[in-house]
Amino acid sequence: MTAELGHYALVLALSVALLQATIPLFGAWRGDPGWIGLARPAALVQCFLVVIAFGALMYAYVTSDFSVLNVATNSHSAKPMLYKISGVWGNHEGSLLLWLLILALYGAAVALFGGNLPAAFRARVLSVQAIIGVGFLLFVLFTSNPFERLLPAPLDGRGLNPLLQDPGLAFHPPFLYLGYVGFSMAFSFAVAALIEGRVDAAWARWVRPWTLLAWCFLTMGIAMGAWWAYYELGWGGWWFWDPVENASFMPWLAGTALLHSAIVVEKRDSLKNWTVLLAILTFSLSLLGTFLVRSGVLTSVHAFATDPARGIFILAFLIAVIAGSLTLYAVRAPGMKGGGLFAPVSREGGLVLNNLLLSTACATVLLGTLYPLFLDALTGEKITVGPPYFNATFGPLMVPALIAMAVGPMLRWKRGDILGAVQRLKFAVVATLLALLATLVLAFDGPWLAIPGIALGVWMIAAAVEEAAYRLRLFRVPVGESMHRLMRSPRSAWGTTFAHAGAGMVIIGIVASSAWQVEKLQVMSRGESLTVGPYEIIFEGAAPVDGPNYAAVRGVFRVSRNGSEIAVLQPESRNYQDPPMETTEAAIRTGWGGDLYAVIGDPTGDGSWSTRFYNKPMIHWIWMGCLMMVFGGLVSLSDRRHRVGAPSRDRALVKTVKTAASMVGK
Amino acid sequence: MNEPGLEQRSSRNWLGLLPLAVVLIIGGFLFAGLSLQPKEIPSVLIGKAVPEFDLPALPNRPKGLKTGDLKGQISLVNVFASWCVSCRAEHPLFMKLSTHGVVPVHGLNYKDEGPAAIGWLRRYGDPYDRVGHDLKGRVGIDWGVYGVPETFLVDAEGRIVCKHIGPVMARDLEEKLLPAIHALRQGDTAQC
Repeated sequence: MTAELGHYALVLALSVALLQATIPLFGAWRGDPGWIGLARPAALVQCFLVVIAFGALMYAYVTSDFSVLNVATNSHSAKPMLYKISGVWGNHEGSLLLWLLILALYGAAVALFGGNLPAAFRARVLSVQAIIGVGFLLFVLFTSNPFERLLPAPLDGRGLNPLLQDPGLAFHPPFLYLGYVGFSMAFSFAVAALIEGRVDAAWARWVRPWTLLAWCFLTMGIAMGAWWAYYELGWGGWWFWDPVENASFMPWLAGTALLHSAIVVEKRDSLKNWTVLLAILTFSLSLLGTFLVRSGVLTSVHAFATDPARGIFILAFLIAVIAGSLTLYAVRAPGMKGGGLFAPVSREGGLVLNNLLLSTACATVLLGTLYPLFLDALTGEKITVGPPYFNATFGPLMVPALIAMAVGPMLRWKRGDILGAVQRLKFAVVATLLALLATLVLAFDGPWLAIPGIALGVWMIAAAVEEAAYRLRLFRVPVGESMHRLMRSPRSAWGTTFAHAGAGMVIIGIVASSAWQVEKLQVMSRGESLTVGPYEIIFEGAAPVDGPNYAAVRGVFRVSRNGSEIAVLQPESRNYQDPPMETTEAAIRTGWGGDLYAVIGDPTGDGSWSTRFYNKPMIHWIWMGCLMMVFGGLVSLSDRRHRVGAPSRDRALVKTVKTAASMVGK
Repeated sequence: MNEPGLEQRSSRNWLGLLPLAVVLIIGGFLFAGLSLQPKEIPSVLIGKAVPEFDLPALPNRPKGLKTGDLKGQISLVNVFASWCVSCRAEHPLFMKLSTHGVVPVHGLNYKDEGPAAIGWLRRYGDPYDRVGHDLKGRVGIDWGVYGVPETFLVDAEGRIVCKHIGPVMARDLEEKLLPAIHALRQGDTAQC
């Protein structure tokens, strides 16, 4: 019964979404307050209905109702509760329902918290949001119904892929979707603004918090995915440039560019066309990711079970949404004049450079991801594009972006002075040179690229810190005044500091863990010992252990450093029964210096086991850096100007006029 | 407004259409991609004679595998290793093929330690007629092996008829390999 209720709620949600997609839009066009007023309640009701549908599916999973086909194919009664719940979105149909749920939640959030938006504009935003909702509801109802019954019901389900039975992965998809779908807000705001033909500072101030929120979630989601790959797949890698990883990374790159260009629109009323285009493209890339994962056009380890009918549907929807919005863009964009002028060397100029490099980097990732498809379609040749391509193209594009990222916040608006900015970063320059020297001396025998790599990371962190110190006028004015400045300085500036320093940490983590990694693969028998980096490892043997839904072999390794024991590592090799699959559970010891990573493989038959060890210096800096970036995003999100509410259009207009007047005056 | 201003305006209009054009082109490719099969990688060896090789047997197991062994009757050559997890998934199917005597199955034991391979065959069963021990993987290179398991169908003249990448599942056997074997027995040309 619950399943039918869920199905019914989805059908109702579709009809509400159809109303929400049309009536407020016409109402805003005709200026009819009644029709405009429909948008808010419709968004709330639609959200309520989708929550019911999602709840119904979750109920079926939690109670192991195997008469529901989706539950029977993806769950199992012996599965721990956490994975019964995460199993809801561990499959195609359920994950689409999660997508819908998040879309509806964002819509409801605008309805509830969008009080500072003009009513007609909000109605348009909610209508565009509902158009996306209609597409996905149709998709779920016609091609991917999660509530389909299976009669007679089997005694037990087929189980969830054991690789997905992991706490890290349980929450990876929700975060990822909160990010992907969050960009739909930027999209809806952009399309609504295009319909109105007006993009101004107030628009940028409305759109930025939503984009920032989505960006924080997406950053978190990608980091969780990478972390999961790192400890679960057993090879110590965390990023493989797999098409589906790229599919999540492209919206991140475009979204990062969007965050920065929206600042220019907000502060200087410039770069409007570009920002609107980025908002459309960022969400388009999210949709492209959905298509790539579910259509099977690319070979990937992440792909869901694929079905051509689904592929056609998503593609048709994708093209309709993107082409529709871009046609609107082509019509409206020439009419939108940029406001503030600026010199090439200025804060705006720095943000433009950031946007150019990020979007070019995004384009290279797109090209590399789709290239096998292009080639196959044109010549029938099958190839895969792997890390060498991405390292050779993406890396060189990001390096100048990262170097410039440290200087950008030090430049003044309108007209800046690079030499002056670098002078104000003198401590960061000194720190970078010291880091360069230190790595040169300490790691002379390592790969030479690691030396500038570490220096780059240090430069980013040191410059972020020094910029904050400069803002507080630390050590140049009495401490009391610095404290006063600390209280007063805008949180968005602190967000920048944390996010930029976090990016520097990620760079240091990537460089150090890949350049100075030690890898040992061997067969070990009981009592045998081995040296991995600074560690001495003794194999104490392996014994079988039983888990709730798997049987495992657990190896015991004593780890000592300089003669004293510091840890006992117990990696497992697990054999799941439903479905049958073998997974590795690496044992990882995280210390200040980095991770020691142990994997136990198959027995050789004569009492020995194949084992793998990795020493990964500073790899945890990657995860900490990502968390720091997310923290920076959240700090920026709590900025006063988002909490207090956006300025009214009039005030923003006055500011624009004033700026324009001052420009003319010069 | 004078002439150049107008020109600039119209060129900006065209610029506005650029993103749309790019998206439509990519969309066209994605549509074409829906009917392509990216996972099926053709082998250059199809229709060619099997490479020249002569591999020793596994320790304590008679019969190695060499080029000459693959002439005279239709056979399957299964590339396997004890370290390969997916090999375990397809193994019961080969056991069935061999107990029913459908077609001789030869093994190409790829980059594996002899005792480990023998232990593995003892544990999961030994469906193979002949097994060549390719310790260094040199012969595997000649066969174009890039992932284990892979399975080749070889006709009575010792030519490779088709190649299956990844574990052979019941469906692959029923829809691909068995029809091809049947066609070969009828004297038809087979492909899969």
